[in-house]
Amino acid sequence: MATKSTATSAGSSRGSKRPLKAPAKAAAPSKKAAPSTKIFSGLPKELLLQMHDLMVKSRVLEERLIKIYRAGESYFWIGGPGEEAWGVPLGLLGKKGQGLQHDWWHLHYRCTPTLIALGMEMIDSIRLMMNKVTDPSTGGRNFSNHYCFPQWNVAPVTSPIEVQYPIACGTAHAQKRVKGGGISIVSGGDAGTAEGDFASCLIWSSRQGQELPVLITVQNNRWGISTSYHGQHGESQIADRAKAFGIRSIVVNGNDPVESYLKIQEQMDYIRKTGKPAFIESMVSRLYGHSSASGANRVEGEVDALMDFEKKLLKSGVLKEAAAKEIWAKYEAEGIAAAEQARGEGVPTAESVWDNVYVGSENADWRKF
Amino acid sequence: MANMAQAIRMALHYGESEMGVKDIFGQDVGAPLGGVFTATQGLKNAWNTPLDERGIIGVAMGIAMAGDRCVAEIQFCDYIFNTIDLLKIAGNTLWCTNGQIQLPMVVMTPVGAGIRGSVYHSHSVDSWASRLAGWKVVMPSNPLDAYGLLLSAIEDPNPVLYLKPKALMRVRGEDLIPGEPESEKDLKAMIDAPIGDRSKWKARWPELSKYQVPIGQGKITREGDRMTVVSYGRHLLLCNEVADKLREEGIAVEVIDLRSIYPYDWQMISASVRKTGRVLFVNEDTEVTNFAEHLAYRTTQELFYELMAKPRVLAGKHLPGIGLHASLEDASVPQKHEIEQQIRECLAEVP
Ligand SMILES: Cc1ncc(C[n+]2csc(CCOP(=O)(O)OP(=O)(O)O)c2C)c(N)n1
Ligand SMILES: [Mg+2]
Repeated sequence: MATKSTATSAGSSRGSKRPLKAPAKAAAPSKKAAPSTKIFSGLPKELLLQMHDLMVKSRVLEERLIKIYRAGESYFWIGGPGEEAWGVPLGLLGKKGQGLQHDWWHLHYRCTPTLIALGMEMIDSIRLMMNKVTDPSTGGRNFSNHYCFPQWNVAPVTSPIEVQYPIACGTAHAQKRVKGGGISIVSGGDAGTAEGDFASCLIWSSRQGQELPVLITVQNNRWGISTSYHGQHGESQIADRAKAFGIRSIVVNGNDPVESYLKIQEQMDYIRKTGKPAFIESMVSRLYGHSSASGANRVEGEVDALMDFEKKLLKSGVLKEAAAKEIWAKYEAEGIAAAEQARGEGVPTAESVWDNVYVGSENADWRKF
Repeated sequence: MANMAQAIRMALHYGESEMGVKDIFGQDVGAPLGGVFTATQGLKNAWNTPLDERGIIGVAMGIAMAGDRCVAEIQFCDYIFNTIDLLKIAGNTLWCTNGQIQLPMVVMTPVGAGIRGSVYHSHSVDSWASRLAGWKVVMPSNPLDAYGLLLSAIEDPNPVLYLKPKALMRVRGEDLIPGEPESEKDLKAMIDAPIGDRSKWKARWPELSKYQVPIGQGKITREGDRMTVVSYGRHLLLCNEVADKLREEGIAVEVIDLRSIYPYDWQMISASVRKTGRVLFVNEDTEVTNFAEHLAYRTTQELFYELMAKPRVLAGKHLPGIGLHASLEDASVPQKHEIEQQIRECLAEVP
């Protein structure tokens, strides 16, 4: 286990290719590294720094998106500041790539941290935010955070809440029949679990003898726009619902990247080994409210997982003050430059509305049949 | 001659053995029943789903997204309505991703009245479906077309809604499906599941070959120069019958089996209307905001000066349901005598 500060990942803007395995037990730490291994459950320093780096990148990006909205350069913002401590480890742990051997991602509109961990460049999120023709996810057709990256099996994020849950069962079904197939990972909010599609996922993934390799996750920020958790839920934890289907189910503190990493890893290992579903309810923060429709202002009283993590890293000596500053500054500059570049890029043309209604842009306009 | 249920079954067999269809699924689609209309009996990749229509469509989307071919069934189109936003998403996925994610999936569902199915086994969905941009929508009127359209639907890289006129599932056609044995008895012995214990039964499939009806291509089923009648599915047969009757009186009515609702064969319609100057559109979905209204609208827009009479639409009544009693059902969806009356009225119109 690396005990010396390598600080390499602080400068890396890309997600790792292979997830670093957390040791089963914390290895006997050297004197120097003692604080970090204890506080951080034995996760390698390199990984801690990598997670911090990606969390900062994601946060800076989301705050840049909000600024773009405020500047009137975009119509709408929705995103995931506050979910970095959950989303970054999730992205790092996935088997990244295209095709059935790799994991499929069925995400919702708060998953920038996961995309950053997968290796998305800031500018591609900004292009989406600014509805540029260069936006690789939608070509300027959809809202911020509505990502689609086929090269990493990232299914298109759609606005209707919860529909991704049964779709995830479909990709999992296809993965299951392939030897060495990946798993399907699905995410959504707490309030959305009231939709029938959430129940569909529990039912379809847990049929006896026909279980599906799905990691079912819910990011519980205790709100659905203005509907409070207690305004909707009789169950004390959403995770309890999965238990009724015999699904291995846990609640994690999604504001703790270390706990998130270890628990996600555990659940993923279980799915990969057994081919059966697993469930995680992760408790997260909503730092800027629901969306720009509610102002996108910083909300007081929510745990800021990134700042807490950074404090711990600084206190334990894993991260140095100067290095931290450098990381923030680097991404701040990258965000500004990316926005500047995107600003100058083209927009979709009016004629292009007919493109890609059907495969190969086969004529979709009845006037031309 | 195969009936439509057997034709669909053979197409699905061809699909799973030759075209890479890995999943054929829906409620009661797998063994032992093989579908409430027996259209999925004996298929190796057919399986039963939970009774969850949204789950069925969602899973089909996932399978297609992952790159596999599948055919999903909604047991009756009356129960497809709670999936409509998933259908919308399936239709907009390619567009929303700017061409990146294809969903080559087929959803088939029995439609229409004609079997005394009462309120929840008589709905139609063709007009609703015509508003699902990104989907192709087809409906056969005979077994050979049922076979050929299904193979085209399976091959198509887009989502295709395949509407099965439920009243025609036991109706036989006039043409053999390529590879089908001459004798109905032989076919039955080969591919119909036996009554009683089926646990050891296996279908013996004939050597089928590929036969496709291109999506978007209609077919003239009766030639004529006095008037054009455009329909599809169950009502196409009624239109044919009326045309045959009128022919005995020396009135040659041209009947078009549209076969595809979207994209539809406008070239065929417009060529025919240019020739006849009169047109009636017939289907059984409800009449307000009916797909035929779009066709009639287009006819007035593009062919106004060719018309000898106003374009007509004969569709189901704008009612919340179709009542069980025969007098109620018959008053709700177009009947043969109404088709005839509409044609005669249209022919009598003097510009
Ligand atoms: C099917 C559907 N209904 C309503 C909405 C409008 N809507 C968007 S987000 C949202 C709240 C979702 O809350 P939750 O699932 O907790 O996710 P969060 O936004 O808190 O992350 C609602 C009602 C929608 N997008 N889709
Ligand atoms: Mg919420």
